[in-house]
Amino acid sequence: MRKVFVVGVGLTKIGRHFDKDLRSLFAEAALHAIDDAGGVKPQAVVVGNMLSSSLYQQDNLGALLADYIGLRGVAAFKVEAACGSGGFAVATGYSLVASRLYDVVLVGGVEKMCDYPTATVAAALAQAADAEYEVVYGASFPALNALAMKLYMETYGVSREEMAEWPVRMHEYASQNPYAQLRFRITLEDVLKAPMVAEPITLLDSAPIGDGAATLVLASEEVARKLSDTPVEIAGVGMGSDSVDTTTRFDLLDPLSVRLAAEEAYRRAKVEPKDIDLVEVHDAFTITGILSLEGLGFAKRGEAAKLVAEGAFAKGDKPEANLSGGLKARGHPVGATGIYQVAEITMQLRGEFPGVKASSPEVGLAQTTGGVLASTSVIILRR
Amino acid sequence: MRISPARIWRERGARYRLEAVRCRKCGHVYYPPKKVCPACRSREMEKVVLPPKGKLLAWSIEYTVPEGYRKYAPIVLGLVELQGGVRVLAPIVDVRPEELRKGMMVEAVLRRVYEDGDEGVIVYGIKFVPAEQD
Repeated sequence: MRKVFVVGVGLTKIGRHFDKDLRSLFAEAALHAIDDAGGVKPQAVVVGNMLSSSLYQQDNLGALLADYIGLRGVAAFKVEAACGSGGFAVATGYSLVASRLYDVVLVGGVEKMCDYPTATVAAALAQAADAEYEVVYGASFPALNALAMKLYMETYGVSREEMAEWPVRMHEYASQNPYAQLRFRITLEDVLKAPMVAEPITLLDSAPIGDGAATLVLASEEVARKLSDTPVEIAGVGMGSDSVDTTTRFDLLDPLSVRLAAEEAYRRAKVEPKDIDLVEVHDAFTITGILSLEGLGFAKRGEAAKLVAEGAFAKGDKPEANLSGGLKARGHPVGATGIYQVAEITMQLRGEFPGVKASSPEVGLAQTTGGVLASTSVIILRR
Repeated sequence: MRISPARIWRERGARYRLEAVRCRKCGHVYYPPKKVCPACRSREMEKVVLPPKGKLLAWSIEYTVPEGYRKYAPIVLGLVELQGGVRVLAPIVDVRPEELRKGMMVEAVLRRVYEDGDEGVIVYGIKFVPAEQD
């Protein structure tokens, strides 16, 4: 395996892009990334996307999008792992370059979620869960996470107020991120009094529905050194899975897929949790972010929520978590999210992130997950 | 969600009778069933029918429901631990949310769970209702 570098990034602001369709949104981010990489021509396109089939009546995204941005002829396909699709697309693109199959690969995530009413989008998102055993009963994705949140709070004696610190912080960060969807501050009381989605999860515990696209250009060391003096290296990649159903898990509060993916990524990057300066975790709901921090080894089991409530993982701590505003407030255009995370960490390591800047970033970690922590990827980046 | 008669028919064992599988090697029971045991990778799985009674471990009152489930909203989504320890996820019905208690006894019943439009197939499945303590 050879080294792989991020040589270009491109993002769109996340929001309700009623004036842009799937392909134009993708193109906006992709062309920006190609320009950022000095106009290099990718030899393959890997697309991270979850909902094009269910909400957009569109499959075959790889070829469609590659052709639209002038890359007719290249290898092109979509990677799907529900809300974790983007991270798995990065891992796939990484392996194409690391294995010497290609020297330059474009990894782009895109999602159009705002064209339909909430119930329609909720039905599409629920497809991340088990169709025959969960979704058929009308289980929504927030409700499945709500069960985990209740069990967590009961088991570890965590209060609702303690669980509300995270979204407040995410909104604070997002208010300074020009790419974020929810650029406003909220209070603890706002979280508690927000409309109930699936008790105890309120609207302000939940990532918003949004359109967005994010793109990376990955390249071999040889190409990367020609394009930049200080390219960011993908130092390690890890992936893991768990049952899609939550009922057959051996331990309902053990984020197994996160733990396994993290162990693999740390081993490959030859780092430990204490070496990570900044992290972007998959906080689709407050509880998802909390369990992810534990699975990544930044907190012991049952301690992450209390640590967050005491101020841990904020700007100035180590690691600094979700300076982008996270899925909660930066936004969560599901299949693009993992690529936003890697792009944001790359910008932080370059010292170019336009929002809240990391204090002294050398090593960063991005974690995305599909389903109720069922499919997880972890990407470690180094300056 | 589009539902075909064949799809419902295939799922009848698990959905109407709580059929699970037990690993002959390590004894783990799985609902939903697995082809190969996730704990010990044995392929020797046998069908078992789960007991209908159990206790409520956790629940969420789901207000924002997916398309097609509005008539059931709010859905009380329950995580139930059946006698013997196997967990099942299903709606809790015939009870007011404020009457729910952690650990309360519930029993599986067969109920209508979804209609595929006005003329499509009706899907039946397990829901739980409050039950007497054994």
